Amino acid sequence: MPNYFSDNTDILYHFEKLNLKDIVNIAEDEYKQAEQFDDAPVNYEDAMENYRKVMEIVGDITGNYIAPRAAKIDEEGAVFENGKVTYAKGTQEALEMLSKAELMGMILPRRFGGLNFPTTIYMMAVELISRAEASLMNIFGLQDIAKTIDKFATEEQREFYLPGFSSGLYTGAMALTEPDAGSDLQAVKLTAYQDENGNWFLRGVKRFITNGNGDVLLVLARTEAGTKDARGLSMLSCMKDDSIIVRRIEHKLGIHGSPTCELQFNDTPAELIGTRRFGLLKYVIYLMNRARVGIGAQSLGISQQAYEEALKYAKAREQFGKPIYNFPVVANMLIDMRVTLESNRTLFYNTCTWLDRKEAYEDLIEKRKSEKLPFNDVNEKFKEAQRMTNFLTPTTKYILSEASNKMTYDSIQIHGGTGYMREFAVERLARDARITNIYEGTSQLQIVAAAGSVINDVLADYINDWEKKEYKGSLKKLKESLMEIRVLFNDALKYVKEKKDTGFQDVAAKDLVELYSYIYTGYLLLDEANDDQRRVFTAKRFILDSLARSRKNAESIKNELYSDILHADTILI
Amino acid sequence: MQRCVQTGALNQSIILRIKKAAMGFNSIVMVKQVPDTANISGQVMKEDGTVNRAKLPAIFNHEDRVAIELALQIKDKFGGKVTAITMGPPRASDILRECLYMGADEAYLISDRKFAGADTLATSYVLSEAIKKIGGYDFVFAGRQAIDGDTAQVGPQTAEKLHIPQITYSEEILGIKDGSVQIKRKIDGGFEVLESKLPLLVTVIKDAVSPRPFKARRVMAYKNARTLLELEKLTEGNSLLYIDQLKDDYVNKGLYIHTLTMDDLKLDESRCGVHGSPTKVHKVESVVLAGGSHEMIEPTKEGISRLIDQLLEDHILG
Repeated sequence: MPNYFSDNTDILYHFEKLNLKDIVNIAEDEYKQAEQFDDAPVNYEDAMENYRKVMEIVGDITGNYIAPRAAKIDEEGAVFENGKVTYAKGTQEALEMLSKAELMGMILPRRFGGLNFPTTIYMMAVELISRAEASLMNIFGLQDIAKTIDKFATEEQREFYLPGFSSGLYTGAMALTEPDAGSDLQAVKLTAYQDENGNWFLRGVKRFITNGNGDVLLVLARTEAGTKDARGLSMLSCMKDDSIIVRRIEHKLGIHGSPTCELQFNDTPAELIGTRRFGLLKYVIYLMNRARVGIGAQSLGISQQAYEEALKYAKAREQFGKPIYNFPVVANMLIDMRVTLESNRTLFYNTCTWLDRKEAYEDLIEKRKSEKLPFNDVNEKFKEAQRMTNFLTPTTKYILSEASNKMTYDSIQIHGGTGYMREFAVERLARDARITNIYEGTSQLQIVAAAGSVINDVLADYINDWEKKEYKGSLKKLKESLMEIRVLFNDALKYVKEKKDTGFQDVAAKDLVELYSYIYTGYLLLDEANDDQRRVFTAKRFILDSLARSRKNAESIKNELYSDILHADTILI
Repeated sequence: MQRCVQTGALNQSIILRIKKAAMGFNSIVMVKQVPDTANISGQVMKEDGTVNRAKLPAIFNHEDRVAIELALQIKDKFGGKVTAITMGPPRASDILRECLYMGADEAYLISDRKFAGADTLATSYVLSEAIKKIGGYDFVFAGRQAIDGDTAQVGPQTAEKLHIPQITYSEEILGIKDGSVQIKRKIDGGFEVLESKLPLLVTVIKDAVSPRPFKARRVMAYKNARTLLELEKLTEGNSLLYIDQLKDDYVNKGLYIHTLTMDDLKLDESRCGVHGSPTKVHKVESVVLAGGSHEMIEPTKEGISRLIDQLLEDHILG
């Protein structure tokens, strides 16, 4: 009876270490909700106990119910027939089970049937779901759509949509991408128009819509005729009906359980969510940032399973008279995988906590404003959290999604020829991982999103504090390595800045973002190692490996590795 | 129609039935905490071949979880109440909480040191008396059998003591109408459909339905539900806590798990626990099935008759 939560010592380690005190305090109205709801916690310890117990349910369902269905879901996939999309049988069963367990509204308010959990705990659930069956995350993870409605819609709209999400009656979709508007969402053309009574209607086409067959669609549409940029776009919601035609679903390399739809809106009745013209600038950015963290969780879940499969196989497979696990070359690959997994999880749950802080402080500011109370103290905290998430969200998505590709690649490698075969799970994991660094913004776009924070050295104060901190024994040496990486980073950054060449800066941004992430993750791991003997190994391999990589990153910039881009036309024949 | 008009009593019973349907059906579900025999490790078997229960993780007997699910499905469909009961040591409260997590309305722990060492006869005596005390039931559900004893006797014996009909090995409830129920039960090589009046005791097999998961909100709401024995533990060493107050507090919060002892049930001590248990374990042996020789039996009359003779000779038949 595997439990993906309580059997995973690394997740438990992070769960124990979570400090969500402020966040939960705000989300629970200083625990006043307990007077109204018998499932609401009475204090922080009680809240953590609630989260643990619910995560145990998630761990049970993912390990014992969903994971055994994954291979079949991949084989069957979602099916499109006579204009109708049907989930694979396993997907349907999994969703039913999760709905019965009351897990489909984890981050929604209790008054709409939700659990009112912090995003961090929800993301932990998303990680477990993804480990069991990666494509199920693309439906389970759409709770963020409901969260977006909760944040920006009117109370009447919330009452209309949210209870259905919580009960599992509705699934959602965010309809953003169009044939000519992928990474460049400013180019969205789908039109929203009003009749004489002010009712909105949608007309146009959306493409590559994950779960486009969902019941509630959030649609990015052009409400301002004649505009061509982001300022003409608004967010509208609509329910699935006959006016929305699913034209086809895509045949994909992986995540077969998740239907990717092409949708045609034929004068579909819709409602405006929030304020006109803020569709992309505010609401989609909010939704997208949460979705990016969700893809981080998906990547992490896939990575965990890739590691588990590799370890299990290496111990069972004998060659030359012993398990291949006993060959240093294989053990070394496994250690690399384990360290990647653990360091990524450290970065990930740190990111989640910052995201939670940002949203909690934002909510508190709103509340204080409505009660006409001063909020300057909270504002400072909010701004700090916002700065951190601006850097951490794209960086984490970039690092973790790329890592899940490398992890599944290595897992197949450890399996040898067997891993290339359908009978083993790793080839599926590799196919599922391949989308993670593409959708919700490609890795290249994540770097663009993170670059500003890196160039402005937003972590400087934190790093200064870490550099002043005392570390035990061998960790001192590791701290020196991190300080060395910082010197390399600063030199490279200075070089890029002085060059004043935006083209060069765009290409060098990848190296700068990576350098910066080594420093941040490195110090997080160093702090963990300071308190936990086993994690010294993780910190050591991560930091020394990062030091070697950082020399490459820095030299690529300073040796003008990329100067030949000017001659691209000559080279690319 | 004519008869209804003629007999007032029948009229009365129709009204009662209609009223009953509107109120739904109440179920009492007998559940048991069992050692996790699927995960037996080295330390668990004692040298004499018996099981050291303290070393085994205790789990919810799976078929009893299926029984809870069936009872909850009746509640979902017709309304009514689901009450879980277990006879066991104090720690059996774990599975009662799990019943509450699934959706049970109330739970009873039947616990007393004097119940220790009970066989199926003594167990069914205690459980039937507890069920009589709780009362007001249309169904008594239980799993077919528990994975520790594998006797499948407690359900049937309880029905006997309650003087109600029983349907064992149930797979599916086909319908409830006019105070009677149609149930599909498993038999060798197939199934049969039986109809019975209510109240009825039903034992269920594991394939009947898939038990629902724990519900997140109920888990959070009932995680602090406690039995009297657990509350007594809390008061130990804390002179500021009075058990009666504490109990009232838990009752008011809906977090009290009813707890019944031998005295509460006014039981005959000679019928409880080891005294009330005629079953004595004579010997425990670990049977290792070893491969041996085999013999081909011709599918002819003579062949079959030789086989039967052989089986009789080996005391396998007869």
